[in-house]
This record gives sequence, structure tokens and C-alpha cells, in this order.
Amino acid sequence: MKVLICIGHVPDTTSKIRFTDNDTKFDKSDIQYIVGPYEELGLTRLLELKEAKKIKTITAINVGLKETEATLRKALAIGADNAVRVDANPTDALFVAKQIAEVCKKDNYDIVITGKESIDYNGGQVGEMIAEYLGVPSISSTAKLDLDGDKATLVREIDGGKEVIETSIPFVATAQKGFAAEPRIPSMRGIMQARRKKLAVVAAVSQDEKTKTTKHFLPEAKAACKMVDADNVGELVRLLNEEAKVI
Amino acid sequence: MAVLVYTENWDGKFKKATYELLSYANEIAKNTGNETVAITVGNVSDEELKKLGQYGAVKVLVNKEEKFAKFTAQAYSTLLADAAKAQSANFVIFANSYSGRALAPRVSVKLDASLAPGAIQLPTSYEPFVIKKKAYSGKAFVDYELTGDVKVLTLNQNSFKIVEDTKKIVIEEYTTDVADNEFVAKVVDVQKETGKLSVTDAEILVSGGRGLKGPENWGMLEEMAEILGAGICCSRPVSDLDWRPHSEHVGQTGKVVAPNLYIAIGVSGAIQHLAGVNSSKVMVVINNDPEAPFFEAADYGIVGDAFEVVPKLNEALKNFKAS
Ligand SMILES: Cc1cc2nc3c(=O)[nH]c(=O)nc-3n(C[C@H](O)[C@H](O)[C@H](O)COP(=O)(O)OP(=O)(O)OC[C@H]3O[C@@H](n4cnc5c(N)ncnc54)[C@H](O)[C@@H]3O)c2cc1C
Ligand SMILES: Nc1ncnc2c1ncn2[C@@H]1O[C@H](COP(=O)(O)O)[C@@H](O)[C@H]1O
Repeated sequence: MKVLICIGHVPDTTSKIRFTDNDTKFDKSDIQYIVGPYEELGLTRLLELKEAKKIKTITAINVGLKETEATLRKALAIGADNAVRVDANPTDALFVAKQIAEVCKKDNYDIVITGKESIDYNGGQVGEMIAEYLGVPSISSTAKLDLDGDKATLVREIDGGKEVIETSIPFVATAQKGFAAEPRIPSMRGIMQARRKKLAVVAAVSQDEKTKTTKHFLPEAKAACKMVDADNVGELVRLLNEEAKVI
Repeated sequence: MAVLVYTENWDGKFKKATYELLSYANEIAKNTGNETVAITVGNVSDEELKKLGQYGAVKVLVNKEEKFAKFTAQAYSTLLADAAKAQSANFVIFANSYSGRALAPRVSVKLDASLAPGAIQLPTSYEPFVIKKKAYSGKAFVDYELTGDVKVLTLNQNSFKIVEDTKKIVIEEYTTDVADNEFVAKVVDVQKETGKLSVTDAEILVSGGRGLKGPENWGMLEEMAEILGAGICCSRPVSDLDWRPHSEHVGQTGKVVAPNLYIAIGVSGAIQHLAGVNSSKVMVVINNDPEAPFFEAADYGIVGDAFEVVPKLNEALKNFKAS
């Protein structure tokens, strides 16, 4: 069983967000980049399945420029066996999905895992788009994955509950909370080993751009919080009713 | 030409969110010279289907076939994309719900369309077509331009109000050829949370954090929720500690919510928590630490011990509701 895990290279969740070039570009200065938190859970679960001998190899992939190799090395240090970087500046989700689908067609992966969404563009599209390009099932917002030979059981979150889904390989699943309990962090040994693991760089295929981010905005500054005295909770009720009109 | 709207139903019934979505789509239809067409899958009565005509739909396509009775992203997306082609739709609009998010990307690839996930308002411009959406987990917004001829959008919940626009609606059974292998992923069990107001549906949410000390102290939050007709949610540590079910966890790694009123009790307001709740219209914070970061994001605040403030607030709310 060969599995591909799609690793996003995203700003650390506590980063202060700023823009440059007249708000058309994200300001990368002083930003710490991390493995996307959902694919980190995905990778963790894959390692558990590998330890249980249900998976043979785990390949980490990123579509990005040279700068993302540090993030791929981190995935290798956590435990992925090898990595691929598709050398391109990812323009939109469709572009990323197309590149990953091309790699899948060449190398025949049985399972592709992505995060449920990236924490920069919050698209939640890449996984489903890869599945569509490959013509295979997609299971979104997956909170559990188990394998038994070439059969898989997954739990998907839905509005107001959960669904248990059975499928067979090949398929794409997008991982969310629950996929693994706690993300694994690289060990010293893992970091040493990662240096010797293979990180292949492949060229991108062409894909028309269908979307463009033309401008970024920061949220408008909020008016100061109105403080109400703890001994006068009736005042809060009045404000919520008369001023905010929400009760 | 048409704006095709995927109107999800729950056991044959539509929700308020469906009518919000349809109103939004209808507004885009009016501005682009299109007709609004709805599509739904499942056993929905004609009487229920006709309700869609009150919000602008001139036609509703319905598929009641047994093989589509359970959700399968692959087969459903073929059904919807074929319907979009048959209706010459230049827009396909979904709710930004679990199903909408699962289908919209697949449908957009099939239609060679541009996709904007998570629209929060009507397009800011039609030529070029620009949608405003959240980015960086709510820390920023972006203008997103869709350049394809066909455009697929998902609309965030609670971001558009219902507008009535009554039309005479035609009901049409709809199907298309879908290969058997598109049904490979099968739903074998559905576990519904019963009786509770779901976190993403609630218009008011009462949220508890680690400041509440333990699961046994949730009674006063449940009481508040009862008085206000609100849902209950919590911070991540609270669900990690198993004080509350995981389905109630909100924030960047949990559910993203946008209620009209969010009342945070004993929640510090960490950036990852705010990422999931900062689209709430009004936020109230009750915390005994005046330095808690949540006060910077909130609209109204009380500095005080939750165990004293909440019971008093519940009394005041009860009196207000009774008056
Ligand atoms: C990658 C990543 C993702 C994350 N995702 C999420 C997420 O999705 N959702 C989330 O919530 N967190 C998330 N977190 C965790 C987040 O950083 C915080 O640790 C968490 O939100 C804190 O929860 P809390 O406010 O309940 O607890 P605490 O930080 O412990 O805060 C408790 C608060 O209660 C107050 N308090 C204590 N006693 C009382 C009292 N008697 N009366 C009133 N107030 C009292 C305290 O002053 C304090 O402000 C994430 C973290 C990371 C690194
Ligand atoms: N440039 C990229 N390279 C590899 N994987 C990516 C990239 N961008 C997004 N992904 C994966 O796709 C998921 C969803 O991303 P998005 O559709 O952008 O929200 C992420 O959680 C990643 O697993």
C-alpha cells in the first residue's frame, strides 16, 4: 500500500498577518512556516497504520518553490519515507490539485490524504479536486481512518452527526480533527534520518488559472469592548436587547 | 441560462439556511439575467418543494432514486454537474456545509469552472466577478476574482438574509447516467446527534472554556442555553479533556461558527479559538481575568467569577424573557 500525503506550507497559527505591494501580496517576512495542522494529523495516523503494517510507504508531497523544502523535511522528520516537491509557485487550488494528480497518475498511489483545509487560504478544495482529476471517491472532513487490506472504513463529520463510510482503494480522504489524537513531533533521530531521505523535485505541468486573489484586507478595527459591572448583569441584558438587538 | 442551487434537505425537509442560500442565489440570478433553478436529492414532498418558489426558484429538479438515497460525493457531483450542463447554468451555488464543501470542488473541475469557497456576501463586482471571502483563518479577508465562464460558489452560513420573491415553480424529476463505480464509497451507518440544537445551526451560542473547572459545572451553561434557545459549544481543551463532546469544539481546528450572539464563559480567547468564532455578530465575554485576550475581540464584557456572574445573569435573562 502506497500512500501520498499532501503537505501544505502555511504560516504558523499565531503569526501576525501583514500584506505588501499595495495589499496584493502576503508579507512573508518574519513568518514561521509549519506543516498544515490537518495534514499533520493525517501524517500521524498514516504512521500508526504503517506501524501496524497496513501501509508500506508514505510519500509527502508539496507544490511550491524551494523555500517549502524545510517544511517537507519536517514531514520526513516526523516519519514520511520520502518526499516530492513539484517546483512551482502554486497559483490556486486547481493548479495544486492538477500537479498532485499528475504525480499520482505516474506513481500510482493507493490512497491520497490532504488536510480538510489550508489555514492560509481556507479553501478546502485541493483534496476533492485531486479525486475528481483521478476519477476516484473522495471522503471529506474525515475524523477516522482504518484499513483492512484494500478496504477502508472512514468516519466523516456531517451537519448534525457522523457518517461511517466503507470504500476500497484507490480513494482520497481529507483529514480533520480526530483523524489522529495528537500530532507527532519529530524526534532527534527523525531529524537526523530526514537529512538522508530522498526529496525529489519534479517539474510542473501547465494549468490555466481560474481564480486570482486580487486584494487582501485586515478586518476593521473593532470598537472597544463595553464593560459591564459584575454586580449589574441586568445592564448587559438591556444592552443585548436594546443596543445589539440580539435577544 | 440559470443559477443552479443545491438545496440540501434533511429527511425531506428544508431548513432556514436553505432559504438563505436560495435568496442569495436568486439575487445573483437577478443581477446576471438568469433564472434560479434548485436541485435536491431525496424523498421530498411536492408541498415542501413548492416552498422553494417563495424565494425565487422557477424550477426544482428532484432525484428520488434509491441509489442516490445516501450521500456519495463522487456520484452526487456527477449528478449535479450534468444537471448544471442540462440547465446551461453559468453559476452553481452550494451552502458552505459539510456536503457543499465535499461537492463544490468536484463539480467545479467537471464544469471547468472557477470556484470560490466560503463567500460571505454578494459579489463586490460582476465584471470582473469578485467575491469577498475570509482567509488566514479569519485574520484577514481577500477579494477573489473568478475568471472562468462558469462559476461555482459556496456561501457561508448565516451571512445572507432571507428575501421573499414568489415565483410559480415547476417540479421536475431529474436523473442522469452515473456509472456504478462512482458509488464505491458507501455510507454504512449514520450517527445523528439527536435533540440538540447543532452548533452550526444555532443563532445564539453559549460557550464554555477551561475556566469552568470541570464537566460538572456545565449545568449553569445549559440553563442559559435553555433560556435563550441557544446551542452549547466549548474550547478545544474542554473537548480534549472529555468534559464535553468533540462535536461542540469550536475554533480553528474545530467548527467554524457565525451566530448572532456568542457568549464566552471562562474562555481565554486564544487566537486559534477566535479563528472559529470571530465572525459572530456580537460577542460577550465573562472572565475573571481583566487581561484575558478575549476582551479585545468582544463587544461586551464582564470581569468576574463565572460561578457568581452566570447564575445572576440567568436570573436576569429569565426575568427579561418573562417580561
Ligand atoms: C494548532 C492549534 C490549534 C488550536 N485549535 C484550537 C481550537 O480550534 N479551538 C480552541 O478553543 N483552541 C484551540 N487551540 C488551543 C488554544 O491555543 C488555547 O489553548 C485554548 O483555546 C484555551 O482554551 P480555554 O480558553 O478554554 O482555556 P484557558 O486558556 O485555560 O483559559 C481559561 C480562561 O478561563 C478564565 N477563568 C478561570 N477561572 C474562571 C472563573 N472562575 N470565572 C471566569 N473565568 C475564569 C481564565 O482567566 C482564562 O482566561 C489550538 C492550539 C493550536 C496550537
Ligand atoms: N501547495 C500545496 N502542496 C501540497 N499540498 C497542498 C498544497 N496546498 C494545499 N494542499 C493540501 O490540500 C489541503 C487543502 O487545501 P486548500 O484546498 O487550499 O484549503 C491542505 O490541507 C493540504 O493537505
